[in-house]
Amino acid sequence: MATVTYDKATRTYPGTDRPAVDKLDIDIADGEFLVLVGPSGCGKSTSLRMLAGLEDIDEGAIWVGDRDVTNVQPKDRDIAMVFQSYALYPHMTVAENMGFALKIAKKDKAEIRQRVEAAAKILDLVEYLDRKPKALSGGQRQRVAMGRAIVRQPQVFLMDEPLSNLDAKLRVQTRTQIAALQRRLGVTTVYVTHDQVEALTMGDRIAVMKDGVLQQVGTPRDMYDTPANVFVAGFIGSPAMNIGTYQVFDGFAQVGRGKVALSRETIAALKTEDKSQVVLGFRPEALDRAAPNADGAIPVAVDVVEELGSDAFVYGSVPTEYGEAQGINFSAGESQVVVRLDPRDVPKKGETIWVTIRTGEQHVFSSATGLRLTSAPVISKPIIK
Amino acid sequence: MPLHITGAADAALIDLPWSIPLGAWPEDRIAALPRGLSRHVVRFVRHGDSVLAVKETNPEIAHKEFTILRDLERLGAPCVHPVAVVTGRIDAAGEELAAALVTEHLAFSLPYRALFSQDLRKGTLKRLIDALSVLLVRLHLTGFYWGDVSLSNALFRRDASEFSAYLVDAETGDLQRSLTDGQRGYDIEIAVTNIAGELYDLQASEDLDENVDPGEIAERISTRYEQLWRALTETETLTSNIPLHVAERVRELNEMGFDVGEIDMQQVGDGTALTIKPKVVDAGHHSRRLMRLTGLDVQENQARRLLNDVDEYRSIHPESGDDENYGAHQWLRHIFEPTVRAVPRNLRGKLEPAQLFHEVLDHRWYLAESAGHDVPMPVATASYVKHILPEKKDEQAVLGRSLAEMTAELPALTAEIGSVYEVRDAYENDNTHGWGTVPEPDDAEPPVVRRETTRKPVTTKPRARTALSDAKKAASADPEV
Repeated sequence: MATVTYDKATRTYPGTDRPAVDKLDIDIADGEFLVLVGPSGCGKSTSLRMLAGLEDIDEGAIWVGDRDVTNVQPKDRDIAMVFQSYALYPHMTVAENMGFALKIAKKDKAEIRQRVEAAAKILDLVEYLDRKPKALSGGQRQRVAMGRAIVRQPQVFLMDEPLSNLDAKLRVQTRTQIAALQRRLGVTTVYVTHDQVEALTMGDRIAVMKDGVLQQVGTPRDMYDTPANVFVAGFIGSPAMNIGTYQVFDGFAQVGRGKVALSRETIAALKTEDKSQVVLGFRPEALDRAAPNADGAIPVAVDVVEELGSDAFVYGSVPTEYGEAQGINFSAGESQVVVRLDPRDVPKKGETIWVTIRTGEQHVFSSATGLRLTSAPVISKPIIK
Repeated sequence: MPLHITGAADAALIDLPWSIPLGAWPEDRIAALPRGLSRHVVRFVRHGDSVLAVKETNPEIAHKEFTILRDLERLGAPCVHPVAVVTGRIDAAGEELAAALVTEHLAFSLPYRALFSQDLRKGTLKRLIDALSVLLVRLHLTGFYWGDVSLSNALFRRDASEFSAYLVDAETGDLQRSLTDGQRGYDIEIAVTNIAGELYDLQASEDLDENVDPGEIAERISTRYEQLWRALTETETLTSNIPLHVAERVRELNEMGFDVGEIDMQQVGDGTALTIKPKVVDAGHHSRRLMRLTGLDVQENQARRLLNDVDEYRSIHPESGDDENYGAHQWLRHIFEPTVRAVPRNLRGKLEPAQLFHEVLDHRWYLAESAGHDVPMPVATASYVKHILPEKKDEQAVLGRSLAEMTAELPALTAEIGSVYEVRDAYENDNTHGWGTVPEPDDAEPPVVRRETTRKPVTTKPRARTALSDAKKAASADPEV
């Protein structure tokens, strides 16, 4: 068990101009489950491979515990890549499957047996130790594969999109198992995924990356409630946050025909580069129905209604007069806004509903830099160039 | 989403039963079952005159693997030929089926398990490992990181008295400009672990003698790889007789079967020493030379053997003159082709011509030894065709017609590897997630993940680093937030 520290670690592939990972700086606590998440090409896998020793570190350093492992060979770093291969050998028992790598490493029989039994206990596989893999269920076989890594007793577990091969049902099952297992073992784990739902459900903390740069690192709640910039706001949460750029008049953001009040602090934080515009974000579930033309209410013309039993989602557009929204990011296809409503009170297509953003649930970002304008407790400073 | 086949210019692919899960494809379509361990459902499928390997997986992986194999092929790395990716499969009930990757089955190739039986000699095992280490070196030279090196992920072909290995499963692989030492080292580590596991498994199923030490055999791939890698890429420092040494280095590499495309030479020190390092090395030196001389397209060791025979012929027949092209052509006309033609048509599918020729050469040697004098080729060939080839057990009955064409179970080596591999349980090595016939135990509690959201991670910065950042702070007076 140990901490992991990325100390402004950088990797630039030969022949490219932009670093694949740019001065990554994260402190991972002993026993923490940290998820690196981001879109394809953001540098998350490269960062993991730098920790594994599979990528050179061109600048900066990486520490495991109090050891600088920057120039140490992968096999000497005391880390274990999990799920590199699901291979279970059909003629060997579960115990043999878990322990044979220790045999190659010439550990003595007693120690191998002790480690295998300890791992089996944690994995609920003790009664299966003498069985062959064919007699195990799918979930149990997954756990045997994990057991192979556990018996090596590494300081850190590394997992690179281990669920990408699995079908949806198995994915949900397995991710819960992995997360629960990690808590039982208490081994520091660095986990890479492109799926933000996986990140939110599994990690103690999440680190969002884009284009090789760390955007924000924090607990799932922090990332969800207080995204540090526009990218994180739009990336975390499903359906995605409604985000748009709006003109500021008199302390209000003009959202279609509605005016949304901005705090004095926000207005004060605006700079000339922002050109009197703000990026406003609000989650679909942060909206309440309101009376037409009420204070701060935004009109939404309903395009599509999706009733999901427990919720209803309205996909609509914000009709413009002056002050039309520019640079809208949406996940609703052609429409501009997603609203979550009580399923017992759904509007019809073509109707206009008015919604207000619940107090404290609006997110305001600079239109020039994308950084959060309203103050909020942020655990780690966002690093944006 | 409609069925989508991408890759091959082969309309006949559409006729395959894509709307049935691969594991349930009708017997008459199946040429053979896989005999290696596989995470996915794999079947060898009859397709016209050839055999295709079909693997069920997800679309992203299938496309990625297809692209990698195609790129590797272009780079001249030994791998299977990718044919197509099939997506958009649905069954009769409208349910989605897995995507499929289709590759051409490598003719005359063997999965390693086909070679194992109680009588397996340690020598054969070592030769398989050697072939795999050469494959790994060649792949690493092209910048390909394998990620899952194992006997199951390769196919082996007899190459004169050695084996040649070919990459089959590129799923975990990654093609880069060049590999770091860390990546190469990790690939080797994976290889040693996987090979040991496969050998332990063979022992557990009593297909491998228990006196063999899997760990020791698996280590061999590491040592052989290092030897070859060093010979191909290490930097030598020379101080005298430089042209001689450079020529010597190139010649050694040629002997090993590699052509040197570029050598990097740099003066060092006070200008008296020179370092040389091969930069571009291409495998296939002998096969290229044989191709040039005779038009025969054979594997590297086969080529080496045939070239030796060409040289021998030329020395015995000085009338063929100094021109090696002419001499090689005479050899082809008078020695090689008559030998190959002497095999009756019905037996020709068992061996590649070059391999057959190699076998006949071996047989001729044995005949000469027992007779105490030289035996001419026609006599040796006739004897081989009459006594050795027919005695070979016919595998048709076991797994289907095409298998006899696919597997080169050579009679001359029967003594070495024992009787033909018998399939006990046809699906016993199907190590796939498609096993799922055992349900989850009833009392299994769904695991509960309890996260303390207020838990702030407490990090202990390594002391050395703190000192460093303190120093940096003092130097730059930049406040840290």
